[in-house]
Amino acid sequence: MNEQIKNILLVGVGGQGILLASEILSEAAMLAGFDVKKSEIHGMSQRGGSVVSHVRYGKEVFSPIVPEGEGDILFGFELMETCRSLPLLKAGGAVVANDLQISPPSVLMGHEVYPEGLVENIKTRFPDLLLLDGQQMAEQAGNVKAANTVLLGAVSKRLDIPEQFWIKALEKMVPSKAVEINKKAFLMGRACK
Amino acid sequence: MKEILSGNEAIARGAYEAGCLVACAYPGTPSTEILENAIKYKEIDSSWSPNEKVSLEVAIGASFGGGRALCTMKHVGVNVAADPLFTLAYTGVRGGLVLVVADDPEMHSSQNEQDSRNYARFAKVPMLEPSDSQECKEFTKLAFELSEQYDMPVMLRSCTRISHGKSIVELGERITDLPTPKLQKNPAKLVMLPGNARVRHPMVEASLLKLSQDGTKMAINRSELRDKSVGIITSGVCYQYVREVMPDASTLKLGMVHPLPQELIREFAAQVDKIYVVEELDPFIEMQVKAMGINAIGKDIISQCGELTPGRLRTAFGLPQNLASQPEKLPGRPPNMCPGCPHRGVFYALNQLKAYVTGDIGCYTLGFMPPLSAMDTCVCMGASIGMATGVTKVVSDDEKKKVVAVIGDSTFLHTGINGLMDMVYNNSTATVVILDNSITAMTGRQDNPATGFTLMDDPAHAVDIPLLCKAVGVKNIRIVNPLDLEETKRVLAEEMERPETSVVITNKPCVLIKRENVYQRGQVYSVDEDECLGCRACLKIGCPAIEWRPADDGSKKGKAHIDSLLCNGCDVCRQLCKFDAIGSKK
Ligand SMILES: Cc1ncc(C[n+]2csc(CCOP(=O)(O)OP(=O)(O)O)c2C)c(N)n1
Repeated sequence: MNEQIKNILLVGVGGQGILLASEILSEAAMLAGFDVKKSEIHGMSQRGGSVVSHVRYGKEVFSPIVPEGEGDILFGFELMETCRSLPLLKAGGAVVANDLQISPPSVLMGHEVYPEGLVENIKTRFPDLLLLDGQQMAEQAGNVKAANTVLLGAVSKRLDIPEQFWIKALEKMVPSKAVEINKKAFLMGRACK
Repeated sequence: MKEILSGNEAIARGAYEAGCLVACAYPGTPSTEILENAIKYKEIDSSWSPNEKVSLEVAIGASFGGGRALCTMKHVGVNVAADPLFTLAYTGVRGGLVLVVADDPEMHSSQNEQDSRNYARFAKVPMLEPSDSQECKEFTKLAFELSEQYDMPVMLRSCTRISHGKSIVELGERITDLPTPKLQKNPAKLVMLPGNARVRHPMVEASLLKLSQDGTKMAINRSELRDKSVGIITSGVCYQYVREVMPDASTLKLGMVHPLPQELIREFAAQVDKIYVVEELDPFIEMQVKAMGINAIGKDIISQCGELTPGRLRTAFGLPQNLASQPEKLPGRPPNMCPGCPHRGVFYALNQLKAYVTGDIGCYTLGFMPPLSAMDTCVCMGASIGMATGVTKVVSDDEKKKVVAVIGDSTFLHTGINGLMDMVYNNSTATVVILDNSITAMTGRQDNPATGFTLMDDPAHAVDIPLLCKAVGVKNIRIVNPLDLEETKRVLAEEMERPETSVVITNKPCVLIKRENVYQRGQVYSVDEDECLGCRACLKIGCPAIEWRPADDGSKKGKAHIDSLLCNGCDVCRQLCKFDAIGSKK
């Protein structure tokens, strides 16, 4: 087994389903025989605020949060939040981002504008960027709600957890009616280069 | 069997495995999910209490009756429960009693970051501190055993990163050979009058001394010798950061942070060249280690404020940082009231009326944020009403009319009712607004004594809030629909003018309530672009469903837009539009 710890950050806006995605990821890592730790903030931050979930797995994990500048993969559900969390990534870290913008209150009220050129910004700092339209791909899979699963599939491609454990984790964590669509969505994401 | 559990889930599991019979709490981040998970175990009688003091008293009763009892709260909850706690230390227990307190370094969801370890020392109660979910479960079980063995309540300290962190836990079975609870009189131990308490106090001191000595041999206090040039004394989540950042350093991991195992600390200190203490918040261990004559370094390099992280620990020890990219200035994303939240209109009206608002704690504290900007004070739960009384004692008669206390239903029943009693009793002329959204929303939708259901989802009597206000002597009680801006503003203005205590109660439920027939989503609204003149009036309520769309020509002009996926159809924005540009989709 690889002794190195894998550090994954899942970031976005409260209510986007980040916690479920990080649960599936943790479960898959445990099934694959790794030690796993995961951490995030509940409470105030859930009322539409920024959310950052940390998942770490490997032979033996100590800190429940990813040390600053040691993230291997940043899994972004929203562009501005993806950009905000870049300092957590290590040099050469990978970004898998959903091509989605959600305006924060100051932008909704017209006091600030949603920053432009975020994708280029991310790309110059972290060239290993995979940008996906999760919503559209999920629609193809059969349900827009499975957008997170598509993205998770794309992330899974970059992790050393065999496919069977991802599928098992999905079967355990997703409501039974939605399992088939989510498996399809996951494999679609997993097929992305 | 192995499962990935949060610290809170693991504590609930630990209580179950320990044969715990009663679990009670008042919700508070990051402790809330302990009780929400305890209800999975039908063997445990789990309940929400109206506040932390009552909660601890219920646990004390269960313990005196002979059963094992768990009580949980957030750090500031201990301030409320401190009165019974300090004397409970003298009576000791019958069934084991474990008080879980979850601290919130960094104040992710709290109004202060007090360090609960001081309470353990102050109240003379032993305290354990787990470092991950497996330890949360094991330490909870051990805490019950120690509680009975030493005849003392035992505190278990968690923090946000432990309670809301998840890691792998090996599950065990519930013990079943505990004695069946039965009444047993023992007034010399349980009636704390001066004569009895004078006998008990020396016993408490003796038990603490014995526990400190026994602590040297406890497996949860563990000396791990590696590189002997650096020795680090640490506990809780900080232990994980130390292992992460300085894997070669020798560590003394303390599972019991009060009383400290002094002999073990001396032995460890003698084996390493240089001693450090790594702890979040107060120099709790450091001061005691220094008082033992050991020259330890702690708060000279680690802040007393905020939480620790691996990066902050690296900085403290002068280790290089790994930062590959710098943070960027981006628009912030603070939390916001939900679309359709019944609190929003009330704050809009208070802003319009230029009220001086003494605030309280709950979702409505977000009424402080722009553009509502209608909260002037917020100190602790229940404080709004007392503060309003106090303000009216010192300002002019004219200014008195501006003073309005704002408080949620759960908070009113927690500790607000006492303030209202005082307000009437001492003739304050302030106005109190009770934002009754039929739930404890902030902490994630818990039931409370006014919602009609218990934690176990059994139907219960719902406190009649207007009648309760009447019973304490309020003569002017008005019920308003907070989604009707005109009515809300008019009633508030009338009651603020009145030179007597008055209470205004809102009657619309939280939009997040899942129980059937409580909250009903309205028609979705939209903006008629031909009618919208871009006056921005609808933006003044700060609804997340309403967006300002600037005109393409780069001018200041633009139009409002409503996100149909987010809109809950509360109708408040329509009432603000002078041009009839907002309406429901047919
Ligand atoms: C002593 C104490 N206990 C618990 C909390 C956590 N807490 C903050 S707000 C809140 C409840 C708010 O409920 P309510 O007053 O009904 O307002 P709502 O959020 O529903 O608007 C709780 C439990 C706290 N801050 N202080």
